[in-house]
Amino acid sequence: MRDIETLRVLSKQTETSKASGLNEEPPHELNREALETSLTIALMFHASPINETHVMRKVVIDGSTTFGFQRTAVIALNGMIKIGDKNIPLQIVCLEEDACRKIKEDRLTGYYRLDRLGIPLIEVVTEPVITSPEEAGKVALAIGRVLKATGKVKRGLGTIRQDVNISIQDGALIEVKGVQDLEILPQVITHEVQRQLTLLKIVKELASRGAKEEDFIYTFKNVEKIFKKTKCQVIKKAIEKEQTVLAAVLPKFSGLLGIELTSGLRFGTELSDYAKFLGGVGGIFHTDELPAYGITEDEVMELKSFLKIYDNDAIVLVADKPENVYNALNAVLNRAKQALKHIPSETRGLFPDGITHYLRPRPGAARMYPETDVPPVPITKEYLKRLKETLPESLEVRLSNLMKKYGLNKKLADQVLISDYSEVFETVASTTRISPSFIAATLTETFRSMQRDSIDVNILSEEIIQDLFSFIDSGNVAKEAIPEILVWMVKHEDVTLDDAIKALGLRMVTEKKLKEIVDRVIRDNEDIIRKRRITALGPLMGIIMKELRGKADAEKISLLLKKGIGETLNR
Amino acid sequence: MNMCAELSGYKGNVLKFLMKADLQIGDIIRITRNEEVFEGTLMPRYELADDNHIVLKLKNGYNIGIKIHHEMVVMKVGTGAKPTYKLPYQPKEKRELPTVTIISTGGTIASRVDYRTGAVHPALTSDDILTVVPELSKIANIKTKILFSLLSENVHSSHWTKLAQTVAQHILMGVNGVVICHGTDTMAYTSAALSFALQNLPVPVIFVGSQRSSDRPSSDAALNLINAVKAAARTPIAEVMVGMHETSSDTTTVLHRGTRVRKCHTSRRDAFKSINIGPLARIKGEEITLLEDYSRRDPNKQLIINSNFERKVGLLKFYPGLNPNIIDWYMDHGYFGLVLEGTGLGHVGDHLFPQIRKAVEQGLLLGMTSQCVWGRVNMNVYDTGIDLQRIGVIPLKDMLPETALVKMMWIFSQTTDIEEAKKLLMLNIAGEFSERTLYEK
Repeated sequence: MRDIETLRVLSKQTETSKASGLNEEPPHELNREALETSLTIALMFHASPINETHVMRKVVIDGSTTFGFQRTAVIALNGMIKIGDKNIPLQIVCLEEDACRKIKEDRLTGYYRLDRLGIPLIEVVTEPVITSPEEAGKVALAIGRVLKATGKVKRGLGTIRQDVNISIQDGALIEVKGVQDLEILPQVITHEVQRQLTLLKIVKELASRGAKEEDFIYTFKNVEKIFKKTKCQVIKKAIEKEQTVLAAVLPKFSGLLGIELTSGLRFGTELSDYAKFLGGVGGIFHTDELPAYGITEDEVMELKSFLKIYDNDAIVLVADKPENVYNALNAVLNRAKQALKHIPSETRGLFPDGITHYLRPRPGAARMYPETDVPPVPITKEYLKRLKETLPESLEVRLSNLMKKYGLNKKLADQVLISDYSEVFETVASTTRISPSFIAATLTETFRSMQRDSIDVNILSEEIIQDLFSFIDSGNVAKEAIPEILVWMVKHEDVTLDDAIKALGLRMVTEKKLKEIVDRVIRDNEDIIRKRRITALGPLMGIIMKELRGKADAEKISLLLKKGIGETLNR
Repeated sequence: MNMCAELSGYKGNVLKFLMKADLQIGDIIRITRNEEVFEGTLMPRYELADDNHIVLKLKNGYNIGIKIHHEMVVMKVGTGAKPTYKLPYQPKEKRELPTVTIISTGGTIASRVDYRTGAVHPALTSDDILTVVPELSKIANIKTKILFSLLSENVHSSHWTKLAQTVAQHILMGVNGVVICHGTDTMAYTSAALSFALQNLPVPVIFVGSQRSSDRPSSDAALNLINAVKAAARTPIAEVMVGMHETSSDTTTVLHRGTRVRKCHTSRRDAFKSINIGPLARIKGEEITLLEDYSRRDPNKQLIINSNFERKVGLLKFYPGLNPNIIDWYMDHGYFGLVLEGTGLGHVGDHLFPQIRKAVEQGLLLGMTSQCVWGRVNMNVYDTGIDLQRIGVIPLKDMLPETALVKMMWIFSQTTDIEEAKKLLMLNIAGEFSERTLYEK
């Protein structure tokens, strides 16, 4: 009940609930294809599907769903995945609806795109048995491989996301939402562990300073008169708008707010995040970072003497609407008070550099209640039997098949499997005469290196990629032109391969034309040929390739050149 | 409602099984089946589901269904905390605030949800309503009356009568406005009925409903109710109105005239539209903007009550090939009048003419409305319309078919004289039609 109340208040404040004309009809029944895919995945993890699925509403109050809740259902329990010799038990496999994507945020308003809302999302939860950042990375990768084996997982960054629960001894359970990039996963965990270790040090330090809960005083002092002539823009504006500036004392906290919890994150920032979340203010000022932001040494001195603080006390200042300031300072004091005892359990978000920030308190089981508009779906034994008979091949089997059937080496076969393009690979390799190793390398190494150069090849459809290979197969385009074509395709919308080839001038030269060019180059360079004999092949090859820029196949040029050099020398 | 005492939703095999194990909803139970063990709270069952599964809420909050099996062992390991809810505060009556009566007839608008089971219960007392929407106590001193607990499709004309009398009673007691919580499906019929039954209103009467129950964060219930109470307490418009969301956003509601409103969408929050006129007022926050001419609030006005309705009046929708003998049925059963919902400007196929003529000759009052919903009938343009008028069918201008039906029911409760009835039908009593239909607002 309280959650709903809070939501109403929050959505008024953030105006997220008015974002769309969606959620204007009752939910449809559970999507059967999504159910089947999640059951398939559950069976691949050796989990036990439940007998009947019940859709729940999970209250989500950040504005990311137009419903105010996310629908979710348990599909199976007690699965397992093997990492090396270790069995990682999986608690639960759930089928959920994805939420909206946040596209921007200003102080009180979140902006969301609805295009991802309602897309089926499969959640796999491991038991808390992972003991190192590296292991976490391996487990995530292994789970991702099983998901991909179904061929039903959308490709691209963000389609597989990790919510990481991290706890250390004497620390707290922290959930980090939405880690999209596996490469930074270990880094996120390392930072979080460091953050908790430092917070534990602060707990100890406060104990040794003799900080006590009773010393926290929740009556805040109005300090506007100290800042009448301030150069601090935030405070000045607040006073001009007839808002308020209040200060609170954090007893025995001096010096602690400035401590770096992990690189780039100070304890003061944590307090500020609470103030922002619960008070809706832009941030806080604290004495560990002052004088700064236009606040002078004199103003700080006056503030300290006005509040009659002890040397090792810290002061927090907030300037905003009275109600917001009051809520913000309460939040700061409450969070600081917790620091005397323990680390609070939180849900945290992620900055791109792997540093986390406070999002909201961790929710309990109470935020789930039944979705009464969606009837439960029984999962019968017969249905499961049918699914078991048609499970996708395991990755091990697929790996050895790829190696056997297409003659790929193990490394390349493995890369094809974990890429988003294993199906494209098989289609192209079995329908063209292009060397499978070349296809595999293009789809993995070439694509990855383009991705690294911020060329988002993921946006190209599978049809385009397949067509490109068949162009090469039919001799219309040279293999060497692939990267150039892909870059052009990514940069232009609504275009065809033909457009790319035309625009780049990449149509292959005819055999006759090629012969003419080769003959001309040989004629022009007879001296070199006579001097360097067959080793002239390299330099001449270079000249022709430069001239043709991918408009002819390198092997063909080389053959013609060799023949021509031979003839010249024999004359 | 005490959910713990019963095995709500369970039936057949599974009900026997649970009764044998002496279990109640809310009990914490452990189920052992082969090597699997499940522990959680026994939950109620979805009404339409089969009789083979037990619903269990796991500790993580998820519900799952577990198929009963003869080798399954179920043990009660604890008693769940019974759901209770306490009032956040007891608002004191404030003398400076106006008084508003909220009459509940049912529907989801003033309901509260049991978060453990997801079941929606009617909010029964004014305390219940203030718990759900505490903002109301800042707008007015709230009196409540639970009149019915009906899904609106089960509301009949006898309920309209009872409701009109109850509203009148509260108005005569001197309240500053009345709010009626009503299911949305037939709300427009009831609002039309009260528009005719209660004339010369001294204060506003606001119908309110919700398209999305209050158990959903996207519910329109709270804003609709808050704004309905604001309208009842503060608007200068003393008419029967419907106050619902203007758009999908939870920001504004509009007040529709009770005789000119229709539910035009099955599920959208802005399903209610004023037809052929604009809404009378818009409420945004504390601001009430008046948009159309209206009857003024005036405590000195003498309320006129005519709250009866004749059931023997029908509404017949024409469709291609409609069997004309249907009209015989109405004649044979002693109907007084029939509203036709014709096509376009007000037409029916000429194969109906003989029966229509017979009905008119038998003394039935026949009026023509249009199934187009928007626009007015005009039976002078095509031969069919001219012929129908000649036979004696009365064109009903831009009146909604549903409003015309209710109006005829109201008329025949007061007179059986056909000429008197015709006169009343063409007399604009509650703003139910206009002489000119303005271009769509």
